[in-house]
Amino acid sequence: MIPAPFDYESPTTLEEAFGLLDRYGDEAKILSGGHSLIPMMKLRFASPEVLIDINNIPGLSHITKDGNTMKIGALVRESEIEHAKELIAHFPIFADVTKLIADPSVRNRGTIGGNLAHGDAANDHPAVMLALRANIVISGKDGNRTVPIDEFFHGFYMTEVQANEILTEIQIPIHGKGTGSAYHKMERKVGDYATAGVAVQLTLDANGTVTYVGIGLTNLSPVPMRAERSEAALLGKKLTDEVIAEAAKCASEDCSPSDDLRGSEEYKRHLVGVLLKRMIHKAAERAMA
Amino acid sequence: MIECKTSKAISGMGHSMKRKEDGRFLHGQGNYVDDIKLPDMLYMDIVRSPYAYAKIKNIDSTAALAIPGVLAVITGKDLEQYNLHWMPTLMSDTQMVLPTDTVMYQAQEVCAVIATSRYAARDGREAVKVSYEVMKPVIDPYKAMDASAPVLRTDKEGKKDNHIWHWEAGQKERTEKIFAEAEVVVKEQMHIPRIHVSSIETCGCVADYHKVNNQLNMYMTTQAPHAIRTVIALVAGHVGLTEEKIRVISPDIGGGFGGKVPVYPGYVIAIAASFLIGQPVKWIEDRSENLQADSFARDYHITAEMAGTKDGKILATRFKILADHGYTDASANPSKFPTGMFSIGTGSYDYDTSFMECDAVYTNKPPGGVAYRCSFRVTEAVHAIERITDRFSLEIGKDPADVRMQNFIKKEDFPWKSPMGWEYDSGDYHAGLKLAMDTVDYWGLRKKQAEMRKEGKLMGIGISTFTEIVGAGPSKDFDILGIKMFDSAEIRVHPTGKAIARFGTKSQGQGHETTYAQIIAEVLGIPAENIQVEEGDTDTAPYGLGTYASRSTPTAGAAAAVAARKLKDKARKIAAYLLEVSEEDLEWEPGKFFVKGAPEKVKTIQEIVFASYTNFPQGMEAGFEATHYYDPPNLTFPSGAYICVVEVDKETGAIDVKRFVAIDDCGNIINPMIVQGQVHGGLTQGIAPAMYEELIYDEDGNILNGTLMDYLVPTAVESPSWETGHTVTPSPHHPIGAKGVGESPTVGAPPAIANAIVDALSPYGITHMEIPITPFKVWKALKEKGVV
Amino acid sequence: MTKHIKITVNGTEHELDVEPRLLLVHLIRENLAMTGTHIGCDTTSCGACTILMDGKSVKSCTILAVQANGKNLTTIEGVSAENEYNHLQEGFKENHGLHCGFCTPGMILRATELLENNPDPTEEEIRWGISGNLCRCTGYNNIVKAIKYASAKNRGIEPASTEPEFV
Repeated sequence: MIPAPFDYESPTTLEEAFGLLDRYGDEAKILSGGHSLIPMMKLRFASPEVLIDINNIPGLSHITKDGNTMKIGALVRESEIEHAKELIAHFPIFADVTKLIADPSVRNRGTIGGNLAHGDAANDHPAVMLALRANIVISGKDGNRTVPIDEFFHGFYMTEVQANEILTEIQIPIHGKGTGSAYHKMERKVGDYATAGVAVQLTLDANGTVTYVGIGLTNLSPVPMRAERSEAALLGKKLTDEVIAEAAKCASEDCSPSDDLRGSEEYKRHLVGVLLKRMIHKAAERAMA
Repeated sequence: MIECKTSKAISGMGHSMKRKEDGRFLHGQGNYVDDIKLPDMLYMDIVRSPYAYAKIKNIDSTAALAIPGVLAVITGKDLEQYNLHWMPTLMSDTQMVLPTDTVMYQAQEVCAVIATSRYAARDGREAVKVSYEVMKPVIDPYKAMDASAPVLRTDKEGKKDNHIWHWEAGQKERTEKIFAEAEVVVKEQMHIPRIHVSSIETCGCVADYHKVNNQLNMYMTTQAPHAIRTVIALVAGHVGLTEEKIRVISPDIGGGFGGKVPVYPGYVIAIAASFLIGQPVKWIEDRSENLQADSFARDYHITAEMAGTKDGKILATRFKILADHGYTDASANPSKFPTGMFSIGTGSYDYDTSFMECDAVYTNKPPGGVAYRCSFRVTEAVHAIERITDRFSLEIGKDPADVRMQNFIKKEDFPWKSPMGWEYDSGDYHAGLKLAMDTVDYWGLRKKQAEMRKEGKLMGIGISTFTEIVGAGPSKDFDILGIKMFDSAEIRVHPTGKAIARFGTKSQGQGHETTYAQIIAEVLGIPAENIQVEEGDTDTAPYGLGTYASRSTPTAGAAAAVAARKLKDKARKIAAYLLEVSEEDLEWEPGKFFVKGAPEKVKTIQEIVFASYTNFPQGMEAGFEATHYYDPPNLTFPSGAYICVVEVDKETGAIDVKRFVAIDDCGNIINPMIVQGQVHGGLTQGIAPAMYEELIYDEDGNILNGTLMDYLVPTAVESPSWETGHTVTPSPHHPIGAKGVGESPTVGAPPAIANAIVDALSPYGITHMEIPITPFKVWKALKEKGVV
Repeated sequence: MTKHIKITVNGTEHELDVEPRLLLVHLIRENLAMTGTHIGCDTTSCGACTILMDGKSVKSCTILAVQANGKNLTTIEGVSAENEYNHLQEGFKENHGLHCGFCTPGMILRATELLENNPDPTEEEIRWGISGNLCRCTGYNNIVKAIKYASAKNRGIEPASTEPEFV
């Protein structure tokens, strides 16, 4: 399997990259981890004329805490997230999710920015970021703009990032005490795309009432999806079996999975309910720990 | 504990000798076919059909030929000029090398691009434009039998349907009578799905034709180099490539499992290209080509029935099969056995009546019917008998372990004649199952299961007690394309007492370089370390039928022992001459002959060998060499008792294999470490079709999972930690009492896993699950029963 | 259009002009003629092409040669001298961690990084750690054992017996 010929550019500054994007327009593709793009090029499902490799641009590989915000550079590799102690202390969901993405060698290359910018509802980080209410920093030659994750995904492989822009940073608000998060997906074998995946973050007050909740779903809709009615079912309530069951029911009803080799639509609607219950419990346990 | 007759220094049979071949693999110095690079070598890439059934209207090579480096595009019409566009399959059916007008399955070879580099060849492939007239394919094998189905093999004169052959065996009338009168009759419909060996190395070759001396050197991934040489001579003899001008070299092979037995069109096209251009041509498949076009395994639709008594006695079995062969019958079976050894399907049980029949059909799917680490359809048979035995146990409410113990052929009843006419050589089935049950604490698990069921939790225990049939085979019944299925060994011992031995088989990871040396070491007392083993070069190795169907130890391993014994006889004569005593006065101890009662009068095997070149009796032939072509008197019948324990998540359908114990009996063991390694690997290739793997086609004949993203080869995470053990019941007819083991676990594991999962679900009235059993299927079955 | 790159492979620096689309695995196998790194799939699934790039295991079939510019690569040919065995190679040999040998170089390189990050992994950590490397022959039991053996040796501990264990 061999890609069609293309030109290769390797800018060392963002400005240089923007210049190249301007010059090549739609003919160019940004190369980050490359583990979605290169396989597609090898299969000749994608044949860009130019690859703009952003791996040599410094300043995009940080994981830093800035006040109540966690900032993750777009070029941070999955394996770096896996071992990022402070990030995982705040968001244990990252330990859950990275372990389930592809395999260790792929995680050494795959980047969080690429995972999101690919705009694929089968990827795992979109659901996580929806649950965490992340903000996405998109850079262009005229500067940066910050987009809430809810406004980031537009369609199948389509995001808010325009042809002359680059996703550069992910910003995640840190919630206070009593917050927990969790992710799980059913997969046919390790490293597979999800049959169904659920990301949950919630905050419980001293009485056990949900004061904040975010829920994202993986591979259960054409566009990465936040389970808003499920969130509403939990918000301001205590986590009784009935409340959780209602949230699960909403997610089953609201998602729009399709039949495929992983299972039927009905199975996936069932699974999302089961997984949501389990992730609510797991997140709540972590919140109370 | 395995007893060893030789010291560790000699490392004959029973020693877990570390493998001699490992060094080169561990240093990246293996020599696989894609590692071969010859001067002026060209590269071939193949244009394949996107449709399952279509007429080729036009092949336009213009754009491809305009690409720098692209030298030629070879079509079926080009090959037709040399009458090279068709070839025989191993089952004496016919197969296109390249089509002249119609494609019969998706991913079929349409034409080939020859270029100066791999990259240019691929660019050329992308640039060839083929226009098709698409036709409605026949995909469902049951529909292939409909009178209204289009006849696919219009190339066969007078062919009026898609039926290939009918096979039947056993006692038809007696079976019907028993079934009509039996207290208990059970029946299940089962599909043994189409799967793919997917060895990590794909197939490929370098065809290197030298015009000046009309010589073809063919480096290729083949498990059977000699047989392939003969097939090439049959296909291309008429253009001057006769057998003495063909040298097939099978270098290191990155896994075979049966997928590297057939002759694929790519090999023949590469030969034709090299023949026409006069330069070496390399062809290496992509994984997707390998999965989508190379021979599949299995694809048997089986109706399995068992008749018995209420108290558990098995009286008769009946199996009716529909075999989906795809476009042509390219099975790799011995000629007389179109269903291979399916007739082992009466199992490990003592009853005398069975009837089996099979109809094979053509469909618009890739051809095949090769092994998948399974000898000749034994996996299909064992799945049927072991599943239906559990179904029978469930029906009468008796524990499946008890039913098996009750019906096993007894140790003292061997050799035992099966209703299908096989003579099982030896076995101790009761001992195997008992060891497996003791190891898992079977009755303790049944108690635990009862408690878990009370809590609504799903736990299952599955047993499979199988009998294998391997070592094909005796020349009176076994041949491939007419060539009898013997195998061979040639031993040459050099003057300094070190040896080289060559064989007609070909290791693909089985460790022949170590185990064959150990067999010779066992007989001659020459340290295995000093015995070089070579296979895979038809110019140097004696003729043999190759390595598949667990036949290497039963055939070539036997040949090694017999050839070594010939040499030992010679050694005795030389020792007697050197020690000036009669042969009867000599005694043997591994590595030396000494005079009875006078152990100081001794000649080591090394001294004797040296004498065979320097100081041998008058009239004796010089040197120390022997060859043997071994024709086995019978097949060997390895057996095993496997127990699998699973827990099932009722909500998601997820299946967790908690334990898997495999007790194998492969007769005498040459190298316990290697036998265990073979069992581990076979077990993972057993869980694969049981829970993960299946080639899936839609109704238009499109493969839906033609890459490793969706064809789910198990990783170390899916593969449980296997627990293995053995009983040892030597084969009475094999020279070293060995039986063959490489495939037993692949045969035995799937029904153990399926039985465990069905056992877990049985409280809800579920009696059968089709493999691969996935979480989705489990959930669906539970939903149908109203459980979730 | 070719690009000029400079890479270090097993300690030796190479300068080459390559087509941008040249895959790193082909650079290693064809341009540098080191054939211990293998190709087993098209979809980054099998891991036969695993090497170390700046100490991290990567699948060289899914990296462009131009992306390796300035990097330090280790292939199976570089893990030990030809007449020596490092602890992993020794572990695989002593524990029968390979059959056909095709996946072995990738397994060893992956395990190298695994032990670098986690010197004393559990069986489960090893299994997850090699989950991107398919082996069709061994059933993985002895690969796990081989990695445990190397882990013990790396830490100066006597490894478990390499005799096969039977029930």
